[in-house]
Amino acid sequence: MSDSRKREPAAPIAERVHALEAALAAKRLIPEGFLEKRLAHAEENFDWRNGARVVARAWVDPAFRARLLADGSGAGAELGFRAAGREYLVVLENTDAVHNAIVCTQCSCTAWSVIGLPPDWYKSPEYRARLVREPRALLRSMGLDLPEEVAVRVWDTSGETRYMVLPQRPAGTDGWSEDELAALVTREALIGVARVGLSSSAQGCL
Amino acid sequence: MDGIHDLGGMSGFGAVEIERDEPTFHERWQARAFALNDLAMRVLQAYNVHEYRHAVERMNRAHYLAASYYERWLTGVATLLVEKGVVTRDELETHAGGPFPLSRPGAEVKAVGGAAAAVPRFAAGDSVIVRNMHPAGHTRAPRYVRGKRGVVVRVSRHFAFPDLAGHALPAHAEPTYHVEFEAGELWRDAADSRTTVVVDLWQSYLEGAHE
Repeated sequence: MSDSRKREPAAPIAERVHALEAALAAKRLIPEGFLEKRLAHAEENFDWRNGARVVARAWVDPAFRARLLADGSGAGAELGFRAAGREYLVVLENTDAVHNAIVCTQCSCTAWSVIGLPPDWYKSPEYRARLVREPRALLRSMGLDLPEEVAVRVWDTSGETRYMVLPQRPAGTDGWSEDELAALVTREALIGVARVGLSSSAQGCL
Repeated sequence: MDGIHDLGGMSGFGAVEIERDEPTFHERWQARAFALNDLAMRVLQAYNVHEYRHAVERMNRAHYLAASYYERWLTGVATLLVEKGVVTRDELETHAGGPFPLSRPGAEVKAVGGAAAAVPRFAAGDSVIVRNMHPAGHTRAPRYVRGKRGVVVRVSRHFAFPDLAGHALPAHAEPTYHVEFEAGELWRDAADSRTTVVVDLWQSYLEGAHE
């Protein structure tokens, strides 16, 4: 590695991705269709709307809620959301007394099966640095102002456990169907940086 | 390693911006980079996920902070495939038509003789202290909890010890723990009120608070 090479700007990122693929393809190391299959799999299966369905089920079915809090991986699998590999899912219940929020300070680990591949804001150095140190101010700046009497519990995904927040069901939704309830849940609520409100569009508008 | 990736608690970072209706991938190259890691791990079996994480951690610090998530992803994959001899840097730079920055070399880490305890030493409710360790290689004990006292809230499952697995060394599975720290223990006067942080830690990172 020469110094002169370091001073030149890197090739554009899309060219570097193409270069790695081309170098592997030249050695016949990429099985036909593998990359397309894998990224289609990711786009179909790693979706936060899976988590929204888990939450809606927990809101309408107390027995499922109890199983979900005792064994997140098992309860998720009941709805067909099987974790990749050995993903161990622990579900964190928000209450009037405790608010949970999730971060990964060292990379960007997430429960792919129910939260999906993480959004850019979750992967940002800003979020990773700040949530463990000043959660109340950070959450307030993201639109979630927690009353002083609510305790904040931040979960750093530093090991192999993966977390999902079970948000509180909004008032005024008695008798709503599971599908209607699932439509209220946002990715942000599953990570714990937003509440679930009656207007999902307003929830997303942070 | 005490790397730039270990961001928890660092000051000097600004606002977090949420994008509405963010797609899984913004650009096709991101999806291709994602799938290339799957290829390297599952099909070529060139490395494990711990080595992958460590390869990203070894990126030049300025490059790490400037790069997007999937640029870091690609850099980790390419670094390992060059280090494992699957492709060469010259091949990558020829195909890319320019420089292809890779991560810095890793530290020498030696295998540990003798089996570490697979039996949980701690139970829920136990007070523990995180060892004040500064390994040259891969670790998953964040800097901001080293030397700090917390309480075990859950004995979690056994998982391969990343400090060895990250260097392709034989890694035993050992108990992991969800350990809760009071914000005041971590940040003293700067702590938020009524706040705790729970960190997922391997048994080897911990010692009993009364030992």
